[in-house]
Amino acid sequence: MSDIEETDGSEGADVSHGPVAPHRVIGTPPPAPRLLGATEPAGAGSEGAGVVAVAEHAEELPPPTAAEVLRANRAEKVVAACFLIAFIAGCGFIAAYVGLGVHSVDKTLRSNLALGTSLTVALLALGAGALLWVRHLMPDVEIVEERHDLQSNPTDRAAFQETFKQGAGYSQVVKRPLIRRTLLLGTLPLVAAPLVLLRDLGPQPGTSLRHTVWSPGRRLLYYGTNTPVTPASFSAPGSMITIVPEGFQDNQEELVKAGVILIKFRPGELNIPTRTQGSTLVSTMNWTVDNIVAYSKICTHIGCPVALYEQTTHHILCPCHQSTFDAATGATVIFGPAARPLPQLPLTTNAEGYLVAKSDFTQPVGPSFWERG
Amino acid sequence: MSWINARRRRPVAGYVALLLGLVVVGLLYGAINRSGGIAQASAPPASQSDINAGKDLFQANCSSCHGLDAQGTTQGPSLIGAGAAAVYFQVSTGRMPAKEVGAENDRKPPSFDAQQISQMGDWVASLGGGPAIPTAEQVSTEGADTALGEQLFSTNCAQCHGFAGAGGALTYGKNAPPLTESTPTQIYTAMLTGPEAMPVFGDGSISPAAKRDIIAYIVDTRVEPNPGGFSLGRTGPVTEGLVIFLGGMAFLILIAMWITAKRRDPGPQGTE
Repeated sequence: MSDIEETDGSEGADVSHGPVAPHRVIGTPPPAPRLLGATEPAGAGSEGAGVVAVAEHAEELPPPTAAEVLRANRAEKVVAACFLIAFIAGCGFIAAYVGLGVHSVDKTLRSNLALGTSLTVALLALGAGALLWVRHLMPDVEIVEERHDLQSNPTDRAAFQETFKQGAGYSQVVKRPLIRRTLLLGTLPLVAAPLVLLRDLGPQPGTSLRHTVWSPGRRLLYYGTNTPVTPASFSAPGSMITIVPEGFQDNQEELVKAGVILIKFRPGELNIPTRTQGSTLVSTMNWTVDNIVAYSKICTHIGCPVALYEQTTHHILCPCHQSTFDAATGATVIFGPAARPLPQLPLTTNAEGYLVAKSDFTQPVGPSFWERG
Repeated sequence: MSWINARRRRPVAGYVALLLGLVVVGLLYGAINRSGGIAQASAPPASQSDINAGKDLFQANCSSCHGLDAQGTTQGPSLIGAGAAAVYFQVSTGRMPAKEVGAENDRKPPSFDAQQISQMGDWVASLGGGPAIPTAEQVSTEGADTALGEQLFSTNCAQCHGFAGAGGALTYGKNAPPLTESTPTQIYTAMLTGPEAMPVFGDGSISPAAKRDIIAYIVDTRVEPNPGGFSLGRTGPVTEGLVIFLGGMAFLILIAMWITAKRRDPGPQGTE
């Protein structure tokens, strides 16, 4: 199947051909143009640290020098040492797995460290040993292996067709259509089953992406401490805080849409421009209370929480893709891939003086979706 | 020497030298960056003599930018109403007096001792009030709710400072500094005053008790073990990816080059 072509590329020296690879004892070096370790031409009397000379080719190869033999023997010991290290580390891996418990954080850390270290050493030593073996003991020759067509020969193919037809005849699948058709019918539900299962991944989102749980009169809570917000408690200019709707402070499913950041401006800093909505000019300045403005915390790009607020520049930065919104002008996009401003939550105060939502967001929060328009 | 001479002309030698150089530079930078002390605060009661001493210190060291009466100039903002807490944070972390006007004043060893900082704070507070330096009890993490602190930190601080307080980049050269060296009082005063681009977290939105919880969390993360073995600065997936991509890929390329390199004829060198 394969023949070995031996060339010494670096020297451009003469080429010797061997018809087939001879049988070798496992663990011995292969035939080489300069057979390392073969001190004497004839294999019978050679010793040299377990090296068995290959009789048929030994006379074709120039005998290795004493220095080469020495180097080869040294390399052999290094390779063997690598494999021994791999053996010890592998045993260590098993010992660590059996011996070290994982029933506390500290024990798990120790166990992970021991397992990782021993496995690393074992694999690394195996790899290093194999590499050193290749580089220092195996011959530096190019080996050509011929490729053949993957197709079977015509006789085999004809025989297969014959067997197939014969089998079809024996089974009478052609002759008895009742069996054939009922078999197809029997498998049909199982084929269709995945479609039904897929259908069950629903329900369809419907209009749920357009609404959050914010509703008129719902109080704002400081997230974490869950205390209601008054304009007086949020009076320091430059303040920024994360807000959740009252009644949903522990509802993570709703909070992923309803999270809000509240920002307090110095008088005169907040300047949300008027926008045309349909045919009318609208301003959302009256959605703010006492220079306090609320924006959705969900980035309109792909929904990361945006809260890197710089009080000096009024930039709200998204940590994922650096979309930057200008909080002072209605969270308009001034940089990055976000396509639209962060939706603003209309704010007002209730009779008791707490900050409440005037309504839900007037636009869908978060990333764009197909039907958003 | 002959060992080096025999190997320094090999193709790998250049890469090894480059790698060594990078490692040495990195270690040196780390060692230099680590130095720097922290002044601890004490809060003696403000007397008129302290206020006067603080005024003298301020006018000698700060007035070139903030004005003789701390009214602010084109170089620096007004400090009227900034309060002793702001003075404490800026001066005890060495950010003020600033070395130069730039995007960000970085932490450096403080130029004044605790008493001088307190005196300057007393004088600035006497101009227009403002947040005071918290007492030792206010910043004590004794009995604080670390779990709530974690929740508050993740919600309001982690976006800039990182989940473990390792810091991070902001826009236009600004950055959120690491919290690894900050004292509890410095963290408290930073929340209270909102230095530079940092928003203010006043006592209304983050109560004093909640501030203690946050401090407890920050202090707690410093002694947390690193389950992965190496923390890589605890800055999260960006560093990890970068290290794997640059370090790991370069290493793999070097290994691949070594494996596929043509073996050289030992020649006369082999007969040593």
